Amino acid sequence: MPAFLLRRLLATIPVLIVVALIVFTMLQLSPGDPAAAIVGDSGNSEDIARVRAQLGLDQPWPVQFANWSGRLLQGDLGTSLFIKKSVAELISQRVGPTLSLAAVTLTLTLLVAIPLGVLAAWRHGGWLDRALMSMSALGFSVPAFVVAYLLIWLFALHLKWLPVQGYVEMSKGLWPWLRNLILPAFTLSTVYIALIARVTRASVAEALTEDYIRTARSKGISEARVLARHALRNAAIPIATVVGIGVALLISGVVVTETVFAIPGLGQLTVDAVLSRDFPVIQGITLFFSVIYVMVNLLVDLSYLALDPRIRY
Amino acid sequence: MSGSVFQSRKLVGVIAAGLLALSGTAAVAQEKVLRVAPQADLRILDPVWTTAIVTRNHAFMIYDTLFGMDANGKILPQMVDTWKTSPDGMVWDFKLRPGLAFHDKTPVTSADVIASIKRWGSRDTLGQSMMAALTKIEAVDTNSFRMTFKQPFGMVLDAFAKSSPPFIMPERIAKTSGDQQITENIGSGPFIFKQDEYRPGNKIVYLKNKDYVSRSEAPAGTAGGKPVPVDRVEWIVLKDAQTQANALTNGEIDMIERMPPEQYSALKANPGVEIITQVPQGSVMLVLNHLVPPFNNPKIARAATLAISQESLLRAQMVNNDLFKTCPSFYPCGTAYASTTRTAGFTGKPQFSAAKRLLQEAGYDNKPVVLLHPTDHPTLNKYPPVMAALLTQAGFKVEVQSMDWQTLVARRAKKDPADKGGWNIFMTSFFMADTINPLVFTPMNGTGEKGWFGWPTNPKIETLKGEFLATLDEAKRKELAAQMQEEALSSGMLAPLGEYKPLVAVAKGVTGVVPSPNTVMWNIDKK
Repeated sequence: MPAFLLRRLLATIPVLIVVALIVFTMLQLSPGDPAAAIVGDSGNSEDIARVRAQLGLDQPWPVQFANWSGRLLQGDLGTSLFIKKSVAELISQRVGPTLSLAAVTLTLTLLVAIPLGVLAAWRHGGWLDRALMSMSALGFSVPAFVVAYLLIWLFALHLKWLPVQGYVEMSKGLWPWLRNLILPAFTLSTVYIALIARVTRASVAEALTEDYIRTARSKGISEARVLARHALRNAAIPIATVVGIGVALLISGVVVTETVFAIPGLGQLTVDAVLSRDFPVIQGITLFFSVIYVMVNLLVDLSYLALDPRIRY
Repeated sequence: MSGSVFQSRKLVGVIAAGLLALSGTAAVAQEKVLRVAPQADLRILDPVWTTAIVTRNHAFMIYDTLFGMDANGKILPQMVDTWKTSPDGMVWDFKLRPGLAFHDKTPVTSADVIASIKRWGSRDTLGQSMMAALTKIEAVDTNSFRMTFKQPFGMVLDAFAKSSPPFIMPERIAKTSGDQQITENIGSGPFIFKQDEYRPGNKIVYLKNKDYVSRSEAPAGTAGGKPVPVDRVEWIVLKDAQTQANALTNGEIDMIERMPPEQYSALKANPGVEIITQVPQGSVMLVLNHLVPPFNNPKIARAATLAISQESLLRAQMVNNDLFKTCPSFYPCGTAYASTTRTAGFTGKPQFSAAKRLLQEAGYDNKPVVLLHPTDHPTLNKYPPVMAALLTQAGFKVEVQSMDWQTLVARRAKKDPADKGGWNIFMTSFFMADTINPLVFTPMNGTGEKGWFGWPTNPKIETLKGEFLATLDEAKRKELAAQMQEEALSSGMLAPLGEYKPLVAVAKGVTGVVPSPNTVMWNIDKK
């Protein structure tokens, strides 16, 4: 097990190097110039050239990459070209809202999607199954921003129960924190509920056809216990896999939701950085996300151990 | 018994504390907070380093200026108490108002002012002209300074009062090279920047400067008194137009600095919202690339300007008639230098026959002109398709290239031919203060490749600008401004596309928004 962990952690290093190289190259190839954005409307070509030189953007690519990599090896993700704050500081300021949103969304998703999926599997082919799967299709189909505006209209503007936008840190109180996350989490969770409910339904439905389920039922075990302890437990691995993929997608899928609800998270930071060509921030965030993805995958692999004792690494 | 009472009280205390934590209601003194959705995120804090409008707005919050300008463009003193000039206009003496102090409690001295002017003059176009005309700038005493010119320079007060003036900062900060960004944000203005609460992309916070020494006059644009009735101003960065409108409707913000045109009808019909004018108007311009074909031929450039239909363009972008007006002048209609008659035949209405005739005379080869289309720019993204249609009607072949705004600002700096990564046409907008006279209007530049994007070479414009710079005679200035406008329009240098109204939306109960050439936030109160 420790050897497995070490092996997996070491495997992240080449992944990060490749990601860094690809991102750097793609940024160099993309149109746009941060110096032009910095100079503003009243500057001229000479101003842009001067700022490019100051930022080192006039250096050849390999030199720029070597400089950036050198700093990265010393633990320095660089400094934003615009905000003049370290990328690490910017990420640390933004990670809280995104993780909060992700955590509430994930909790909501699991609380809703798994029972729905199990129920649909239990009543496979019946009206409940068809109704739940239709809702699931709707969850997949409706764009997040449409869901967001509908929820805002109903719960914020019409009923005045919840705020339209913003984020409050948990240190200011549990309810203010949660209050600002309810609508965005509902918005974001629709697609994940749809996804995880479908996978749960398929996995549990398959498990329910197995001999051990028939044996359990014949022993007189209650249906709820059969579903929870026997069917769901044995269907857990594909569900855990999809949840893991969902978490990874969730981190990057917050962009629209963060924009509509003005949550100052990593999604907004990424969009701002891309639109202004803030290269160090884009590179830093990409690496950060890469590490998160690797870690989430690792956690999913480890969860298999808990879910299925036959698995050994 | 006593124990159970104690335990009960303890329990009540714990529950109360829990509820308090849950509700987030802390025992904080009630502050009056004005929450504003700014027109853009504030990412650069140095007004010398960039000319971005949001940075300028930030600078007007925390710094004070020597002179200011009212909503009609009239120049008024601000930090300066008295001033005089020699009869030949070569020596200017200024005395600062007494009692001015920076946010770090140090007094404002002439040394601070001189350092700030020098830093600004190293970067600002008009400032550079001023520095070139200066023999010396020196402190007379701690409160007075003198500027001695080697040649007549009539734009001293205009330079100090314009939209990007020298913002006065402590000497130690102002000694930073103009090529480097400052790292401290200390001014002597009516608001104090809360560095520790600065969250770019989210929230920018300013506190009322209780020690600010306001002028006794009523607020007048960037001049006059600068009273602050609120304790704190928070800029809440809301990028989505619908979210801005929703937040205002729901009482989560008090003001939208630049109301999105598409929200105008809904907000106007909202009884809880008031729509007002702060910055009187802004202008949109058609910019042509004069370095490369076909607009290196003045006849073809002029033909492109004759295709303009201001009415069609503005209606497409601004949606509602209340939000725009046509104006064939470069200078804002209704201000001192505006002229709607001396436009060299340019009317802002399409003259397709004349345009076609010019194209024929010039031998236009029917090669497509590349028109840049910033699809993500909410106030510029609808002009290009309409302009393309108008140009086509005038006989041009047009290729519209869509991109995001940041790609456009990088692309417009390229001097290559359009088919090799360059460009032929783009459109951009300016606030009133940026077009108020020919010297602050950046595109009015005939210095070729050294000038602004489009790079027209026009020695006559530069000669007229030199004369404008030297004179203090207002009648002569008006004449020179009109001549420059005629020259620019007749040579097809660039053309005005009309004026938009950058309206402000406020919640009912918000009062005191000061009409101004720039966005300013003093004097604003809320119930």
